[in-house]
Amino acid sequence: MTEFDPKAHVTHMAPVMGLTIPPEWRDGVEANVAATARMAALVLAFPLPDEVEPAAVYEAGR
Amino acid sequence: MSLDPLNGTATEIAARVNRREISARDIARLTVERIGAIDEAVNSFTDVTAARAIAEAEIVDSRVASGETLPLAGVPYAVKNLFDLEGVVTRAGSRINRENPPAAHDGVLVTRLREAGAVCLGALNMGEYAYDFTGQNAHDGNCNNPHDLSRITGGSSSGSGAALAAGLVAVTLGSDTNGSIRVPSSFCGTFGLKPTYGRLSRARTFPFTASLDHLGPLARSVEDLATVFDVLQGDDPLDPHLARRPPVMTAPELARGAEGLRIAVAGGYFRDPGFPIAQAAVDHVAKALGVAAQVEIPESARARAAAYVITNAESSALHLPRLQARAADYDPDTRDRFLAGAMVPAAWYVAAQRFRSWYRAAVDRVFEDVDVILAPATPFPALKATEKTMMVGGQEVPARPNIGIFTQPISFAGLPVASVPVWLEGERMPIGVQVIAAPWREDLALRVAAALQAVGAVKAPVALIG
Repeated sequence: MTEFDPKAHVTHMAPVMGLTIPPEWRDGVEANVAATARMAALVLAFPLPDEVEPAAVYEAGR
Repeated sequence: MSLDPLNGTATEIAARVNRREISARDIARLTVERIGAIDEAVNSFTDVTAARAIAEAEIVDSRVASGETLPLAGVPYAVKNLFDLEGVVTRAGSRINRENPPAAHDGVLVTRLREAGAVCLGALNMGEYAYDFTGQNAHDGNCNNPHDLSRITGGSSSGSGAALAAGLVAVTLGSDTNGSIRVPSSFCGTFGLKPTYGRLSRARTFPFTASLDHLGPLARSVEDLATVFDVLQGDDPLDPHLARRPPVMTAPELARGAEGLRIAVAGGYFRDPGFPIAQAAVDHVAKALGVAAQVEIPESARARAAAYVITNAESSALHLPRLQARAADYDPDTRDRFLAGAMVPAAWYVAAQRFRSWYRAAVDRVFEDVDVILAPATPFPALKATEKTMMVGGQEVPARPNIGIFTQPISFAGLPVASVPVWLEGERMPIGVQVIAAPWREDLALRVAAALQAVGAVKAPVALIG
């Protein structure tokens, strides 16, 4: 997998999500995107069997 | 007890009001005066509901006069300003939400405190939308630590810790998604209880991260935490997340102390030698309990990372319309984090939720061998308000998102935690230790906290200000 590029991610995703990010906020937003990506990489590196379901539970009729 | 009734614990105040030695009205009046005299320096209140307090106190006095004994008779309390208070705008630490109309009802937990005889003094400062570990707020001003006004209170329930430490009220309510009760409890030297995830109703409060949000009390004694927690429990049709579990009455259990409980110190991740004061606090508590055993909570760093991803993605999804329309109205310290969270790929989020299932099973196994686990609440005592970074593993990182490194893996598992305040010899500021129990066993965490309080190992004194 290629290395995550926070700059490219923000450039692509901000308009996708309808977000306007002025230049003076860019560094802060990219730093936060990079921090979340590092956290996500740690989670994604952990092998889980396919049967493990997400923890969020929906209870019908509640 | 203290000569000044306001410096007493909630339990002491309620006893005096129930015995009619002092009226709830007088307590409310004195409390309003004290808030007026002290809070300018602390900045813990954003809304003081003086008229409401007097009216509620008069009802308490008439109930007591008619023969009722109320568990929280006349106890002054206040709530983080994400709890609805009828007639008050629920600002949730933001500028944006104060354009909303005043709340039409009280939060469910507020109603329960009122029915138990407690008297509401108002709403408390907090980090914007609860995305904060510092207690700093660009809109309402920073909340200042009563034990040293140049230091932070911790967040995001900043006012909830500070108002207690300043002796302004005897009980506060806060919320804890990743540590927001335990961090201000640690920095302000108070007791705090983050109950089991799903234990207490969250109805009529402003949400942050539905998968991780908890509400709970802070207080200056373990008896107070237990009494308030017992009053707060119960089913609530307004909250679909509430677990269908019978309440556990904790106050009657406190006298049993730590007797017979298997207690261990959390090792590995939680024993980071880079935070010597936090480790000394854990050692201090372990020694007071005669605990030498150590236990490993597996994959805690990954648990913290997963909590981080879920918080970032879920909270930003909630805020998306506001982020699209008016991001400039956010506190600059939260804005960039929310904007980043709005761009989290779905696969990262789902992976974190799947990891949470694995982690729950792993944590359940840990509790086959122990009943209670001890861990630091924060890496260090309260930072100076000017300190914006901290060191983790030899790297300088921003403090605001990282102060909760020891609280996040625990709330991610949904475990109940009593945070207890330690005052180490030679240290000017307090620091908290997490007393962690198995799911649904708040009684065990509070029993151990009570045992520590009984031997003087932990305490929550009122700060001397001015």
